[in-house]
Amino acid sequence: MSQLFPKSANRLPLQIVIYLFVLGGIASAGINYYATNKYSNVGYTPVQPVPFSHALHNGQLGIDCRYCHSFEEKSGFSNVPTSQTCMNCHSLIKTDSPLLAPVRASYASGDPVPWIQVHILPDYVYFNHSIHLARGISCVECHGQINRMEVVGQAKSLTMGFCLDCHRDPAAHIRPHDQITNLDWQRPTDPVEVKKIEGYVHDWNVKPPQSCSGCHR
Amino acid sequence: MRYVYFFTALFVVLAVSVLGFRGSVSTKPPLELIPDMDHQAKYKPQAASPFFADGRADRPLPPGVVARGDLREDDQLYRGKNSDGTWVHGFPAALTVDAKLLARGQERYTIYCQPCHGAVGDGNGITKQYGMGATPSYADDRRLKLSGGEIFDTITNGSVLNKNMLPYADKLVPEDRWAVVAYVRALQRAQQGTVADVPPEHKPELGLK
Repeated sequence: MSQLFPKSANRLPLQIVIYLFVLGGIASAGINYYATNKYSNVGYTPVQPVPFSHALHNGQLGIDCRYCHSFEEKSGFSNVPTSQTCMNCHSLIKTDSPLLAPVRASYASGDPVPWIQVHILPDYVYFNHSIHLARGISCVECHGQINRMEVVGQAKSLTMGFCLDCHRDPAAHIRPHDQITNLDWQRPTDPVEVKKIEGYVHDWNVKPPQSCSGCHR
Repeated sequence: MRYVYFFTALFVVLAVSVLGFRGSVSTKPPLELIPDMDHQAKYKPQAASPFFADGRADRPLPPGVVARGDLREDDQLYRGKNSDGTWVHGFPAALTVDAKLLARGQERYTIYCQPCHGAVGDGNGITKQYGMGATPSYADDRRLKLSGGEIFDTITNGSVLNKNMLPYADKLVPEDRWAVVAYVRALQRAQQGTVADVPPEHKPELGLK
């Protein structure tokens, strides 16, 4: 038999076992890294029908988020603005810009501009914008620094783990009501101020649900 | 065995170079390997529907429909007019004008009006620098004489003289519109201020006697 199997073949079974472990390690590392929203959804930046810049309108001009997303304080759904909202200014500013042609067409016809939704939650998740705003959670916590984005892309993973991180520790994310739409707001470092802000969790009766039915209803 | 590890390493490099790193920008919709119940047969707000001719899931109200509790009988509150058709002077009877209403008005004004009308109502909002030249000051003679109802009507239906200002009725509910009217009144009053308005104890700070 020594003609068929050289002496080194004696080590082969062990080597194969070791290799399978290495392969398993690579596979689980790959799944861990790639098979989550952090890879698949973060960075999704669709090309919109109109190259609207949040960095210009919100960051530079200082137009409040709620000027366009006008129902986010009242409704569970934060609305995409009507084309009349654009025309409030653009009936007088850049009236013949070809980039704004879809908005003018929409305003004239009444059909919506076909904006593409960026942040898409699965249909089995219930998320309510208004309650998050009412309890001092800023847009930036889930949407990132929209005020610096020329084109909006998804910045946070929006996985269940991401939601639970905040629901378990709202004090680390809460802020005063008047700073909700100020995406550049920094948490104060002064311990007295920090204590006051963390106290909002108690003052405003913030009790984020951690039960399944809180979000899957 | 050395070759096996070599090719495994090559495969890993290949996979990473094809799949990229986390957070890289992509214009393509996220890949859904296991869609589970991500897309259910239900409509969400502002969604599309192939069922209706205009392709929208949100349906406009049929003409003449009034939602429960939304009859809006109070002409003063909802239209800024008295029962005889004249404009309301001051504020509707149903509202209490207090500091709370003014604070609400200031907040709403800052969101919806300030971009054009400016923080002090002088018409020098940020849009002026970008070509919206005609925004007037609240403190000119004609606008100082406007009744509350007329200002309310301008917010509701847009400007009457020219159509430069479009309606804001979809953004401000009637109570908020009145709050904004109250704040606009405050801005007008501030523009009319004189030395006599400064409290005596603050006069030295301004170098006044």
